[in-house]
Amino acid sequence: MVCDFCEKKASVFLTQLVEGQMKKVCLCESCAKERGVTDPTGFSLADMIIGGVPGHKAVVTQTHTTPPGGAKQCPACGFTLEDLRRVRRFGCSECYRTFSEELTGILRGMHKGGVHVGKVPKGLMEQQVRDQRLEELRTRLDQAVTSENYEEAAGLRDEIRQIEIHTGITG
Amino acid sequence: MRFSTLIKYPADWMTGSNADNSVVLTSRIRLARNLRNEPFPGWATREQRAATLAELRPAVEALPSMKDGFSQELSDLNSVQKQVLVERHLISREHAARGDGSAAVIERRQMFSLMLNEEDHLRMQAIRPGLDLRDAYDGLSQLDDELAQSLPYAFDPKLGYLTTCPTNLGTGLRASAMLHLPGLVLSDQIGQVLQAVNKIGLAVRGLYGEGTESLGNLYQISNQSTLGESEDTIIRRLERVISQVAQHERNAREKLLEDDPDMVMDKIGRAYGVLRHAWVIDSKEALNHVSLLRLGADLGFFEAGTMRLSDALLMDIQPAHLQLHSGRKLSAEERDAIRAEIIRSRLHSLSPPDIRPITRNGDSPNTPEPSGDA
Repeated sequence: MVCDFCEKKASVFLTQLVEGQMKKVCLCESCAKERGVTDPTGFSLADMIIGGVPGHKAVVTQTHTTPPGGAKQCPACGFTLEDLRRVRRFGCSECYRTFSEELTGILRGMHKGGVHVGKVPKGLMEQQVRDQRLEELRTRLDQAVTSENYEEAAGLRDEIRQIEIHTGITG
Repeated sequence: MRFSTLIKYPADWMTGSNADNSVVLTSRIRLARNLRNEPFPGWATREQRAATLAELRPAVEALPSMKDGFSQELSDLNSVQKQVLVERHLISREHAARGDGSAAVIERRQMFSLMLNEEDHLRMQAIRPGLDLRDAYDGLSQLDDELAQSLPYAFDPKLGYLTTCPTNLGTGLRASAMLHLPGLVLSDQIGQVLQAVNKIGLAVRGLYGEGTESLGNLYQISNQSTLGESEDTIIRRLERVISQVAQHERNAREKLLEDDPDMVMDKIGRAYGVLRHAWVIDSKEALNHVSLLRLGADLGFFEAGTMRLSDALLMDIQPAHLQLHSGRKLSAEERDAIRAEIIRSRLHSLSPPDIRPITRNGDSPNTPEPSGDA
């Protein structure tokens, strides 16, 4: 089970009744802390799921629990396919990955082309190489743990930590 | 910087100093950017929006060009102040409608303004007088590079900068110019020209962007496609088309003077008369007359400095500017009276239009020199 917000391994599982319907959210430790899940008074699952800002022209006011018919939902922000169809906008950058199939249709005829040929953010290339490396190391770590190869796991963990310290990633 | 200091003087780009702004008033570049790992503003909860703002704002305020700038949460501004910023094109109407968790950070000379938590996390724009999209882009792109060092932008190698609305994907770039086209309107060519512009995939809008009607013969032309072309290609095409439209406008003005000088003189003379003597005037009527005053200035009918005067009026006679000027909320009737009063006082010493040097010297009038301030 992965975290609904960042795809790390989930360790906190929450179930709450929202408008008479059961909702479930899976979080990793850091996301749980960030969203105040461990503090029962400051946390509202409804807020997390329904989104929108009171007093503001809410772009989306969705109240569905699990999307009907197993429809797609963004693991990072909870945006559903239905939301996308209604507002023709996305919930977060991860949505573009989640709804990549639908995007093809949306983009048809919208722009002069389908592939970006302009500016690339400074320093992004190095960052992407690094992120890919981290992802690969984490996958290997998971495999090592599963196969109880603890010596290799310890080595991998140290390597991941090194990269994280080097680039200032915490948690 | 306080709000009152920010708006005390018009920006250079508003009065066209040191640039030819007789047809193309301003050039504007807008870039849309978002943070990775944060929900887009329209979908984020209040807390998430506040958290994003807390990440964005220090980075934006730390920009060297934002030194001594203006930075304010929209919830700390009253409705008149927000509307003044909209009338100055420093924030969008959509942004003004937002409250909690949104902010505006504006460079002190109003050349750059950044909207935080608009439709996207970051909407930044640069404005320059006249036709100079290239310079506006270069300045803004540098600012964008500086921000990219501290903010983790949402970017995809294939889709480019990821935006809330897929219409902005790719470069996230909207380049636009504000054009004054009274010649094309008076000669009934405007529809045709705008249709041609539309056909090549560019958008034409009124004074305040999307969904607004054209007032005072002012039109905005901008790109629609943001994906599949480089910033350079988009800007070059737009500059070419805008130059062509501006040339059409100049030709139309010349031809009108040649074919029907009486009509042109009549329009400008009437506008002058109304503006000089009206006691009650609404925004629409005023904008349309000031537009003709501006045309007269370009044709050399008025003394030097009249173009600048017209440009300042275009800004100052709008509803929120009037209320700010008066220091209180005004009813529509009060606004119309105060608007007329301001116009009369500004034009107090302006001599009537003088058409003689252009049309009464034989049959082939020379193109008039633009007035000295152009």
